[in-house]
Amino acid sequence: MALQNRHLLGLEGVSKEEIKLILDTATTFREVLERPIKKVPTLQGKTIVNLFFESSTRTRISFELAERRLSADVVNFSADMSSLKKGETLKDTARNIEAMKIDMVVMRHASPGAALFLSRVIDSVIINAGDGGHEHPTQALLDLYSIQEKHKRIDGLKICIVGDISHSRVALSNIYGLKTMGAEVAVCGPATLIPSEIEKHGIGIFNKIDDAIAWADVLNVLRIQLERQDRSYFPSLREYRKYFAVTKERIERAEKQITIMHPGPINRDVELSADVADGKHSIILQQVLNGVAVRMAVLYLLGTRS
Amino acid sequence: MKYLFKNTIIIDPANLIEEPVDVLIVDGRIEKIRQSLSASKNDQEIDLRGNIIAPGFIDMHVHLREPGFEYKETIESGSMAAAAGGFTTVCCMPNTNPVIDDDSMVRWIIEKGKSVNQGIVDIYPIATITKSRQGKELSPMMELADAGAVAFSDDGSSVDNAEVLRRAMEYSAMINKPIIQHAEEPNLAKGGVMNEGFVSTSLGMPPIPSISETVVLARDLLIANYTKGKYHAAHISTRISVELIRDAKKRGTSASCEVTPHHFTLTDEAVRSFDTNTKMNPPLRAYDDLISLKEGLRDGIIDVIATDHAPHSFDEKQVEYLFAPFGIVGLETAIGLAITELVQTGYLSLNQLVEKLSVNPRKILNLPQVTIREGEKANLTILNPELRWIVEIEKFKSRSVNTPFNGRKLIGRAIGIFNNGQLLLND
Repeated sequence: MALQNRHLLGLEGVSKEEIKLILDTATTFREVLERPIKKVPTLQGKTIVNLFFESSTRTRISFELAERRLSADVVNFSADMSSLKKGETLKDTARNIEAMKIDMVVMRHASPGAALFLSRVIDSVIINAGDGGHEHPTQALLDLYSIQEKHKRIDGLKICIVGDISHSRVALSNIYGLKTMGAEVAVCGPATLIPSEIEKHGIGIFNKIDDAIAWADVLNVLRIQLERQDRSYFPSLREYRKYFAVTKERIERAEKQITIMHPGPINRDVELSADVADGKHSIILQQVLNGVAVRMAVLYLLGTRS
Repeated sequence: MKYLFKNTIIIDPANLIEEPVDVLIVDGRIEKIRQSLSASKNDQEIDLRGNIIAPGFIDMHVHLREPGFEYKETIESGSMAAAAGGFTTVCCMPNTNPVIDDDSMVRWIIEKGKSVNQGIVDIYPIATITKSRQGKELSPMMELADAGAVAFSDDGSSVDNAEVLRRAMEYSAMINKPIIQHAEEPNLAKGGVMNEGFVSTSLGMPPIPSISETVVLARDLLIANYTKGKYHAAHISTRISVELIRDAKKRGTSASCEVTPHHFTLTDEAVRSFDTNTKMNPPLRAYDDLISLKEGLRDGIIDVIATDHAPHSFDEKQVEYLFAPFGIVGLETAIGLAITELVQTGYLSLNQLVEKLSVNPRKILNLPQVTIREGEKANLTILNPELRWIVEIEKFKSRSVNTPFNGRKLIGRAIGIFNNGQLLLND
C-alpha cells in the first residue's frame, strides 16, 4: 500500500485507507520519538526545502524536526508575502531553488491552491503546510492521530470545530479528514465566521457554545485571529469570550467527558480559558508531539514512494 | 473591387429572407441580393453554401489595453482578434493608462483604429464617467461625445457615490449616451476572488457575494428611473440581477444590460481547477444564476451579449490564484460559445442571436443600424452555425491567451467579416 498521489496537497479526496496508512506509519515514528536517540536514516541524501511565505513558528519547527529526525538535508526559506508580491514570482523562486537539485518542498502560503500551483510548475514532491484558507493537511492528520490515540477510534465520534471557520484551513482539512474517517462533524461560532453553505458538507452548525459542548465528544478550538476585527466579524473580544469561549464552568456544567484540542497558538482566555487549556481534558501538548510523528510519516511515505 | 457571395442565408432581423441567395458587393456596398447571380470576370466569387451572413456583430465591452498595457493587447492585435471572432465593430473600455477621459485620447483611439488592419474593424471608444476613473468629478462628457465617444463607463470600478451617478445620468441624458455601470459594492466585494457559495467554502477562497452586484444594480436602477437617464448594466451575473432589470423595464426605466459568454457557460464549479483563467470579475456564479441568465436572454430581459474581453499576459496569470488579475479574453470564442450554449440548446434562434450581437448594442449606443439590403454599406459577419471546432489558443490572434476554454469543443464559428470595403476570411 502506498499513497495515491506523489504530493500531499490536501485531505479532500484522500481515501480512508491512505489516511489509515499515514496514521499507522506515524505510530512507528511516535515510538522513535520516545527513544534516547530520536533519529533514523530513512531520508538520508534527500534534500527538503521549507518554503514559508507566512510566518509560522510552530509548523515550521515541527516540519524541520521531522525532516532532521529522518536524516534529510534541510533548507529553510522564509519571506513575507509583501516581498513575494513585489519581487520574483513564486514560479521563478521555486524553479530557481529546484535548479539546485532538491527533492521535496514543504510550503506555507497565503493563497488557496498555492501548493497545487507549485506542483504544476516544478517537479519536486510538494507537501502543503497551509495554503490560505484552504487546507492544512498535516495539521488535520495530527488531529486525527491525537483523537484516535485518546479515544481509540474516530468512526462515530462527534467532533465540533469551534471559532473562525471562515478563514480556517485547519477547519476545512479537519472536515475532509474527519468525514472520510466516519466521524460526525459540526462547527460552532458566530454566524459571521461560518462560511456560506458549509452545511452541504454534511455537518452541523451551532451558534451556541453550550449546545456544541453538550453534543460533542471532542472540541477542536481554533485561534481567533485578532486582526479580523477590522471587518466587523464580531463586536469585540470581550463579547466573543463571553459567548463563545470554552471555559471550565461551561465544561463542568455539561457534566461529561470531553476532549479539548487546539492547533495553537492559543489566545489564552479568549477562545479558550487557561484552566481548560492546561486542564485534564486538554490534549493540546500531545497534539504537538504527534505533529512531529505524523509529519515524519508523511515525509517518509512521500519521500520513499517510487 | 467586386465580391459575389453565392448561396448564403441572410439572417437580418430587419430583412428576413428564408432562401439562400447571392449577394453582390461593389466598392463596399451591397449592389444586388438575388438568386442565381452570375459573376463577371473580375468579381471575387465565394461560395458560402451552409454559411450565413448577418449584420456585422459588435462587441460593446472590450479591453484593448492600448495605451499603457501593450504587452497584453494592442489596438492592432485586438482588432485582428475581433475580426477573427466575427466582430466588425468593438467598443473599447477606458481603463487604459492614461485613461480615456479627454477628447484627445478619444480622437487618438479612433485614428489608431482606422490605421490598423486597413481599418477593417470599427473601433469606438467608451470614455470614463469620471475624471481618472476616480468616481468623484464628471468627465467632460459633451466634449468626449463630440470627439466620438459612444458611451461612458468607469468599468473595472463601480461609480460608488450615488450622487455622482445621479449627475452623470442626468448629464449624459442630454446627449443621449448611455452610462455603462460596472455594478459592484466595494466593501462587500473587498478581497474576494470568486463567487460566495459552497465552492468558495470548499476551496477556502475569499468570496465575492452576489449581493455585491445586486445592491448596486438595484440602487442604480432607481436612480435611472428617477433621472430618466440611459443606464446600461455591464456583465450582469446573478439571478437577482435579471429580476431587477426585468422589474425596472416593466416600470419604464431606460435600462439595458449585457451578459458575457463565460457567465452563461461556466459556473463557480470551474474554479475547483484552481485555473487562474476562471478568475474574473464579476466571478463565475452558481448554476441557478447561469440558468437565469440564459432565460433572461431568451425572454429579452438581457439585451446584449458582450465579451468583456480582458487580455492579460501569460506570466500575469501564471501566479497563485489570490494574486492573479481578473479577466479572460473573449473575442475569439464568443460566437462559438453563444451558438453552442444558446442556439443549440434552444434558448435563442439565430435571428435572436443576431439581435443580441448586432441590433441591440447599436440601439443602446445610438449607432446607425446595420442591415443587409441593396444600396446599404456592407458590414457583415459571416458564420457557419453548424461548424464543429476545437478552441486552440495557439491560433488566437489576440496577444493574450488567458481563456478557460482552450480545448473546448464548440459548434458554430465565424468564417470571416466584411467591412469598410474589405473581406477578411479566417484560415
